[in-house]
Amino acid sequence: MDTMRDRFAPTMSRILDEDPRVVVVLAEIGRDGFTEAARAHPDRVINVGIREQLLVGAGAGLALAGLRPVVHTFASFLVERPFEQVKLDFGHQGLGGVLVSAAASFDWPAGGFTHMSPGDVALMDTLDGWTVHVPGHPDEAETLLGHAVAAGDEKVYVRLSVQQNTSGRDVDGARFLPVRTGGRGVVIAVGPMLDQVLAATDGLDTTVLYATTIRPFDAQAVRRATESAGTDVVVVEPCLAGTSTAAVNDALADLPHRVLGLGVGRRELRRYGGIEEHLAAHGLTAGPLRERITGFLGPAARV
Amino acid sequence: MTTTAEEHGPKAYGYEDLSALMGLMTGDEKHGPAATSTLDALWVLYDRVLRVSPAAVDDPGRDRFLLSKGHGPMAYYAVLAAKGFVPVAWLPGFGSYDSPLGHHPDRVLVPGVEIASGSLGHGLPIAVGTALGLRVQGRTDPAVWVLVGDAELDEGSNHEAIAFAAPAGLERLHTVLIDNASASHGTSGGSAARFEAAGWSTRLVDGRDHAALYAAFTAPHPGRPLAVIARVEPKDG
Repeated sequence: MDTMRDRFAPTMSRILDEDPRVVVVLAEIGRDGFTEAARAHPDRVINVGIREQLLVGAGAGLALAGLRPVVHTFASFLVERPFEQVKLDFGHQGLGGVLVSAAASFDWPAGGFTHMSPGDVALMDTLDGWTVHVPGHPDEAETLLGHAVAAGDEKVYVRLSVQQNTSGRDVDGARFLPVRTGGRGVVIAVGPMLDQVLAATDGLDTTVLYATTIRPFDAQAVRRATESAGTDVVVVEPCLAGTSTAAVNDALADLPHRVLGLGVGRRELRRYGGIEEHLAAHGLTAGPLRERITGFLGPAARV
Repeated sequence: MTTTAEEHGPKAYGYEDLSALMGLMTGDEKHGPAATSTLDALWVLYDRVLRVSPAAVDDPGRDRFLLSKGHGPMAYYAVLAAKGFVPVAWLPGFGSYDSPLGHHPDRVLVPGVEIASGSLGHGLPIAVGTALGLRVQGRTDPAVWVLVGDAELDEGSNHEAIAFAAPAGLERLHTVLIDNASASHGTSGGSAARFEAAGWSTRLVDGRDHAALYAAFTAPHPGRPLAVIARVEPKDG
């Protein structure tokens, strides 16, 4: 199966053909996928070289000229390294654009910590007005990229990963999807975590919500789910553990509730290896997830 | 050269009025070289070079002037007021809670201000993007200008933009570098050399000489971006 990143260049190349306002800005990473698009639209596929402050700043400058920039590189170099450019050149300037990252958490574990950015969404959370899409499948990535580009002059962050679920779902760029309904606890699976969460909660009496657009956070869906499943909520995220805990708290602020935030640990592992090994090390495979979820929800969750 | 009343409403302001306009913000009648380091370059640009006007701040075909060095913006606000972009009545409120005029300019609050600045090293990369964007739209006429300080070049983001601009063929991009020797670790003439090495056309001028500034600003530079290094009195001299 292809990956979300494989899908990025073909999807954007089609959008470049259709929408003259769109400009793709790259910093070497991902440029090979755009060879043909660059030939067709030489001014609208821009590679600034290995210059990430310029990548984001020039993206904002394109928005200032009235265009819709789609800015892409690895999350470490898109969100973390030029974070002030993200904060000021888009946010403070009052400009819109689409940031598309790859390899955020540990898509390339053998590359080590320099190429990991599990805290990307948490960092974006310090800023106002960013929509955050975390697709869990290449088809969803294609859909959400379309939504991101079409979102007027809004600020949108799209987090692409090679971690993915076996099948895509009908995501709409806004709402959480109820995947399973139960009476004891709500588990929110974010993007690529869905398959692991479904396996971990197999046979449990829990509601499972699937979240691919996590900012704005679909508070209404969470509240609705808690009406029948109670106000014990678990969030399982492919990014830093606890990234969305505050969003769940805000959704349930007027109700007694408990929240467990599961995701990538803060401590640096200093390990290479593969994705499966890193999922296991962070307790994000089905077995350990099931243990932590049932430990939190209590024996009543077991049917 | 002074502007005419027909163009800018009831009162026309000239260069000689700028000190008094600055005084509305600073409370002083006289201003030292640091406060006025950008004044002459700004005046020549707005008076004779930039094709912008208060009535056309959103015209897609206008020239763009991006003040990257946002510190000490009194000279900038004075010029904007003199040219009718902002009311003179705004100037005394400078820096107060209800004023749109902060100690660093904000494009969202001030008509005619193209970018918000204050954090150094953001203007040139944004200007590169704006020049690219105008090219995408087939607008080969509007010029993009960005004003930076010599110490601002300490910030590495500028060098990402400087290195990219000439190979990218951004001949409508112009940088005005106000050199008041304020960089702690700079070399004389070093700024011009950096632009030249990156393929820019450069001009070195006296930043107080209006005729020389005008000549440099309007010098032809086919196929290359232009950097005008405007030398003024050393900040600590």
